[in-house]
Amino acid sequence: MSTVAGSHFWGPVFALWQRDMIRFLRQKNRIIGALGAPLVFWVLIGSGVGPGFRLPGWPADMTYLAYFFPGTVVLILLFTAVFSTISVIEDRREGFLQGVLVAPVAPEAIVLGKLLGGTTLAVGQALLFCLAAPLAGVPLDAAVLARLLPALFVVGFALTGLGFLVAWPLESTQVFPAIMNVLIMPLWLLSGALFPAAADSWMRYAVAVNPVAYGTAAVRRAFYGDGASMGLVPGYGPALAVSVVFAAVMFALSVWMVRRRRGTV
Amino acid sequence: MTVYPVETDRLRRVFGARVALDDVSFAVREGEVFGLLGPNGGGKTTLFRILSTMLAPSGGAARICSHDVEREAPAVRSCLGVVFQSPSLDPHLTVAENLRYGGNLYGLRGAPLEARMRETAEALRVADRWSERVKTLSGGLQRRVEIAKSLLPRPRVLLMDEPSTGLDPVARVDLWSIIGQLRAESAMTVVLTTHLMDEAARCDRAAILHQGKLLACDTPEALCGMIGADVLTLTGREPDRLAGRVQAEFGWAASVHDGAVRVEVPRAHEQVARIVEAFPGEILAVTAGRPTLEDVFVRLTGERLGEPFFEKAGGRRKRR
Repeated sequence: MSTVAGSHFWGPVFALWQRDMIRFLRQKNRIIGALGAPLVFWVLIGSGVGPGFRLPGWPADMTYLAYFFPGTVVLILLFTAVFSTISVIEDRREGFLQGVLVAPVAPEAIVLGKLLGGTTLAVGQALLFCLAAPLAGVPLDAAVLARLLPALFVVGFALTGLGFLVAWPLESTQVFPAIMNVLIMPLWLLSGALFPAAADSWMRYAVAVNPVAYGTAAVRRAFYGDGASMGLVPGYGPALAVSVVFAAVMFALSVWMVRRRRGTV
Repeated sequence: MTVYPVETDRLRRVFGARVALDDVSFAVREGEVFGLLGPNGGGKTTLFRILSTMLAPSGGAARICSHDVEREAPAVRSCLGVVFQSPSLDPHLTVAENLRYGGNLYGLRGAPLEARMRETAEALRVADRWSERVKTLSGGLQRRVEIAKSLLPRPRVLLMDEPSTGLDPVARVDLWSIIGQLRAESAMTVVLTTHLMDEAARCDRAAILHQGKLLACDTPEALCGMIGADVLTLTGREPDRLAGRVQAEFGWAASVHDGAVRVEVPRAHEQVARIVEAFPGEILAVTAGRPTLEDVFVRLTGERLGEPFFEKAGGRRKRR
């Protein structure tokens, strides 16, 4: 149980994770918030673009509803992950967090417990939405699931980490929507979720340096495999690898932030 | 050499240009209930946050169970129980869940943890609220659950930040019966902050903190003994004029605090009749008594401890 000089690790990680699960189940409106909005986006935007949608270099039979499907999955991950980290602000306001900070728990364990909680909720809701894949003509079988699960987990973890980094220094939830709109939504909009980057546009470079774009690519490749022709979208392996690095960086920055705010080690 | 469970050595903390703690040194003995008395803004909360490893000192040192709070924070946290002013409970969880997760954070789990949870909940009389959500409990009950949670790991030192804040009078009496119980039944050392002198008077020893400085540290009796006289308090229509006349007539140093004239004299009860007769119609009420910690505070700082300072200091203290 014990690691460095009297700090505990896996017990606290599990306790923090389990607490997030219980809190989520007791606040059922959060399910509607995280799953509802992306679903409405998908149906309205996806149906609106209609049958005239064609992309050069992409499968000819791909409808816009199908194209937009992986992007919606990432949006659900983003909404659930980021909103679950708002609980960090609530924990601070309600006082729970101070009890965690004075306990002999390593900062890595505090961050891991919170991020695994958010990731579990994000992956669960994204999977629920993925059951609708066949309705949009998006393939869903054992091979897809085997690629999808690691991609959802890694991208969900990275996005929860991003939300944690934003939420940790905040004193109130009031500024959170502004940060969502200015910082986090553009990351999603520039991820190839709504439309692919054209080879001759500036957006191509924005997509290339946007870590969320690799998450969207990993989810897209999880559904279609590397065989499908998809313009500039990277392969499953490279996209997942970049997402793992993104997740690791978010984790490390979060640990650094907890350490800094705690005042002592 | 005696090892103290809590000790500070020229402890210092600055926030920008403001000195919140100025060379504070004291030592708490094993098993003692130790009070840090001072007005809001006096440095108590800063000291509490340093001792609970939430804030690093700017200079000097603080040790809990011989571990440095800054360099050996994990070891300090392992021997510390902390009771916060606003409880560190999750309002959406039940009493049992809060205790369980609290125990998990200290590496406790399984059957031993469940047994200890039951035992502690019974000692603090919250066992009958086992499955109730914390947000439905009264402030007094929440404080008892918070104390139960902090006692689960059986800490050697219990730190309490203004534990009676927000409690009604019945719950305050209850809180002090719990502290009395802890003092009688365990060797645990308790350090608590308070701005209420009657609470400090119940401690084994108390330290008076004012503007970041530790002004005095002793048993309440010894602190009161610093004033080698009794205290007469006179209420009149024109306190400043009355103080001047008392000084001129009797040669006693008289001062005015909150509209009342305060005089330190030996055998005050014998002077009551004399002083009332000396100024007919000017004195509305007289009290004579042994000095209290309030009087000690006034003597040391020239200010009163109570709410007036609170307002003078610029409204509610911002929690950092």
